[in-house]
Amino acid sequence: MLYWPAERTLIVSDLHFEKASFFASRGVMLPPYDTAATLEALALMIAEYEPVRVIALGDSFHDSAGGARLSPQNRTFLLSLQAGREWIWITGNHDPEKIEEIGGEFRENFSRGDVVFRHEPGDGAFEIVGHFHPVARISVRGRSLRRRCFASSDRKLVLPAFGSLTGGFNIRDVVFSTFMGGDFSAHMLGTEQVFSFSAMNCVPD
Amino acid sequence: MAAIMPDNPLLPDRFKRWFASHGWQPHAHQLALLEKARAARSSLLIAPTGGGKTLAGFLPSLVELSDPPASRPKFSSTGRTLRRSRGLHTLYLSPLKALAADIRRNLERPIGEMGLPITVEMRTGDTPLSARTRQRQRPPDILLTTPEQLALLLASADAPFLFGDLKRIVLDELHSLVISKRGDLLSLDLARLKALAPNVQFVGLSATVANPEELCDFLVPVGARADLVLAREGAEPDVSVLDFGAEMPWAGHSSRYALAEIYKLIERQKMTLVFVNTRSQAEMVFRELWNINDSNLAIALHHGSLDATRRRKVEAAMGAGKLRAVVCTSSLDLGIDWGDVDLVIHVGAPKGISRLQQRIGRANHRIDEPSRGILVPSNRFEVLECRAAVEALARRTQDTPPLRTGALDVLSQHIFGMACGGGFNADELYKEVTSAAPYRKLSRKDFDDAIDFVATGGYALRVYERFARIRKGADNIWRLTHPRFARQYRMNVGTIVEAAMLRVRLIRGSNKAQEKSSVVARRGRVLGQVEEYFAENLAPGDTFIFGGEILKFEGISENEVLVSRTKSSDPKVPAYDGGKFPLSTFLAEGVRKLIAEPEHWRVLPAAVRDWLELQELHSELPQPDNLLVETFWRGGRNYLVCYPFEGRLAHQTLGMLLTRRLERAKLRPLGFVATEYSLAVRCLGDIDGAIAAGVLSLDDLFSEGILGDDLEAWLAETALMKRSFRNCALISGLVERRFPGMEKTGRQVTISTDLLYDVLRKHEPDHLLMRAARADAATGLLDIRRLGQMLARVKGRIAHRSLDRVSPLAVPVMLEIGRETVYGEGADALLSEAAEDLIREATSDAEPERPAKPAGTRTRLRRRAVPR
Repeated sequence: MLYWPAERTLIVSDLHFEKASFFASRGVMLPPYDTAATLEALALMIAEYEPVRVIALGDSFHDSAGGARLSPQNRTFLLSLQAGREWIWITGNHDPEKIEEIGGEFRENFSRGDVVFRHEPGDGAFEIVGHFHPVARISVRGRSLRRRCFASSDRKLVLPAFGSLTGGFNIRDVVFSTFMGGDFSAHMLGTEQVFSFSAMNCVPD
Repeated sequence: MAAIMPDNPLLPDRFKRWFASHGWQPHAHQLALLEKARAARSSLLIAPTGGGKTLAGFLPSLVELSDPPASRPKFSSTGRTLRRSRGLHTLYLSPLKALAADIRRNLERPIGEMGLPITVEMRTGDTPLSARTRQRQRPPDILLTTPEQLALLLASADAPFLFGDLKRIVLDELHSLVISKRGDLLSLDLARLKALAPNVQFVGLSATVANPEELCDFLVPVGARADLVLAREGAEPDVSVLDFGAEMPWAGHSSRYALAEIYKLIERQKMTLVFVNTRSQAEMVFRELWNINDSNLAIALHHGSLDATRRRKVEAAMGAGKLRAVVCTSSLDLGIDWGDVDLVIHVGAPKGISRLQQRIGRANHRIDEPSRGILVPSNRFEVLECRAAVEALARRTQDTPPLRTGALDVLSQHIFGMACGGGFNADELYKEVTSAAPYRKLSRKDFDDAIDFVATGGYALRVYERFARIRKGADNIWRLTHPRFARQYRMNVGTIVEAAMLRVRLIRGSNKAQEKSSVVARRGRVLGQVEEYFAENLAPGDTFIFGGEILKFEGISENEVLVSRTKSSDPKVPAYDGGKFPLSTFLAEGVRKLIAEPEHWRVLPAAVRDWLELQELHSELPQPDNLLVETFWRGGRNYLVCYPFEGRLAHQTLGMLLTRRLERAKLRPLGFVATEYSLAVRCLGDIDGAIAAGVLSLDDLFSEGILGDDLEAWLAETALMKRSFRNCALISGLVERRFPGMEKTGRQVTISTDLLYDVLRKHEPDHLLMRAARADAATGLLDIRRLGQMLARVKGRIAHRSLDRVSPLAVPVMLEIGRETVYGEGADALLSEAAEDLIREATSDAEPERPAKPAGTRTRLRRRAVPR
């Protein structure tokens, strides 16, 4: 989660609502608590920062049919979070279409000054993106720790996935260097605070 | 015995002639099994290695099938193809594919030489599809297969035809099957077979076990339990502990001090097996033996991480008598007879008596000659353990574990399979399942929960009804809702969950010139595999021993560890420690007893005797029924060392719990180290003072109450619990092991099951899979049950010694400090420590020519954690 105080804007990425039910529809019965858990976490953040604008950077639903599987309680919960604030759904590869009855405004990208918000990186001067679910791994005293992280260079900021049931993609993978360059930072999420490392100090999977 | 033969009416003439033509006589137990078969009784044969066990198991079937007219199968037309009118006569189950192949060769001999009209076929994962189809349509008389293949056959619509006429099921190496979840699955499949073929006879073949009645019970799900047939015991094994007057190491597991002596022993024999406990020990011993192999003896290496073709080559060379010694792990524990072994050397502590006995039985596969074994302890405590083992062997004691309680994840898999095979009625299946020994106490609620789990995941939030995989029809039969779920079942069958493994692939070394060329262009052959966590901790340039070579780690690409050859002579010893067994409860008792009885110390090497005498002088000796706790200061730390002798796993759990309590008592614990025998906790605070002031009570500290809330809280966090959960999630079929055409790597599975674990812990802590994972943790990785028994035993019997310095018995565990991995420290603390280290490094003026040296920090930090 990223908060931009000057703009009172809260940014989250890759919520992947209804991922478990997507799997369940294919016979893999994952616990059906992911959407509620993600919503609760989001509600906490909104209560804490009271943003006037929320931007979800795409892949908000695990699949385009996910909106229809949303339970009535979760739908009401989601709509209640939107009350009194601007809500922008950036479309992602998992949810390329507008989803009905979930409120908010649907856009392919959104700009504020020099900053462009989009799902996947493009050629903008400074972009805040999601899509990759970055995680970093470090190795300390024989123990390896793998955590979600932000990845930042002077031109890009990649947000970690916010969804409760989302996996991660190691920032040492070659995919990151193609758009981040060789020298970028990982900001790992601890339980209480964020810890920053040079990506080169992190371990591949 | 010669008298039995001529007039034994059970053995047809042509069998008598066959035995005679080889100058053999049937063993008494072989004839006994014929009698049991004639009397329509099931039987369990317990026989030592080399006792003609397998032939005994098959003899009744060979005799029955040798008689052609009435019993021969007829063929009938099914319209499109000829179908045999009857199914299998005999089903043979083996824990290992290789064993089944070996048995097939052994059966071909009598069948061929007597010209018996009997067909024998094998069915394993490697059997071609055409042969599988043929086997289902026209089954052979005897089918040799594994428990997993049996589960697959039972989950098909052909099962009633295939098994309806089954006369006999032969279960080989039963003792090794029943101790794991494989045994749970097998028991359920036996119950199914008994339902399909009510008159089937069960024949179990087993090595000696502590409680044969349990196996008899396991073998026959319903009706009279199997009769026990004991073969004549073999000659008493000749086992000793190596003592050549050397100074005994205080700690460690390398046994380096004895390698020259081991080499001398190998030189004097035709063929020696050198058993070790872990793969890394195997690598080390193998390498060190070659370093001193002046006579160029053919010494080979065999362990489970090596590439299968390499293992097969070693086995073939053994069989052909081309080797002088093989250094091996439990990979050579089971069944197959590979050549004549003169001596078994066991390096390191035996850990369990029954396993040791079976390993030593490998030397000399002839029943009347004593097998010879020599135990090589690698440190002082192991001397005690080896002594206790030798004495237990002499008394012919066994310490095989008691029968398992059937696991709920395995039950779920079975229920899914039964739905695939044409459906089931829940009442009938419950009756059938509870006829299997491990599930006899299964409650109807647990059973119904398992059905619910298979159908929709079994969540309290009932939102998946429309996606249900199985559903109950109007006829009360539960069936699949879609045939694709049968494929899902087939892809995920079995209970063996491998640790996430990465292939080790040789590439040409990297240097400046080659760096440009792609890794793919440099790819060479695959050497074997290592556990993922081991590879994770390697930094490029690190060296380790694998397959007897020193290799340099180059990097990881997808699911391969890329390595190159190196001339380095200082390898990091590999940490992949597959095959670590905990010290058996029985041996632990033996060790405690030996320590407490100075009159028996004369059998010990002088160095060990002196050590124990010094302990008596400076502190005191732990007694069989108490718990000795020593406290002392050293280097500004207050240490608490105790000696439960309950194995490393139980000690780690205890260490974790003690640390939490000491934390609350504001004694500022820094960490702990556990060995098989003892546990050391170190604190910044003053434990001695707290005890003296009455602020801290050791009786409270070691009370059984420690297994309450703290345990729950810790369990929830520990990676071990997550590993347990992962296994249960895979076995139960919650997540898939593989997708058709795309094998999921172990690592991907780990990530997702950890998330699922967290979700369930929060929302449904009593979910079926959480119950299954906790049950596993209690007996397996955390040994909670054993810890509980120990705490109960020593209740009110804590012997505390406040010492002015480290005691002799405490030295081994103190030497381990600094090598251990970190337990129980908050992840945030570690992250911030790593961050601080890196900042210090980045801001320091030292080594300015190499400012970017990220791996250096990791390496230094990690080296402390390299397992012995």
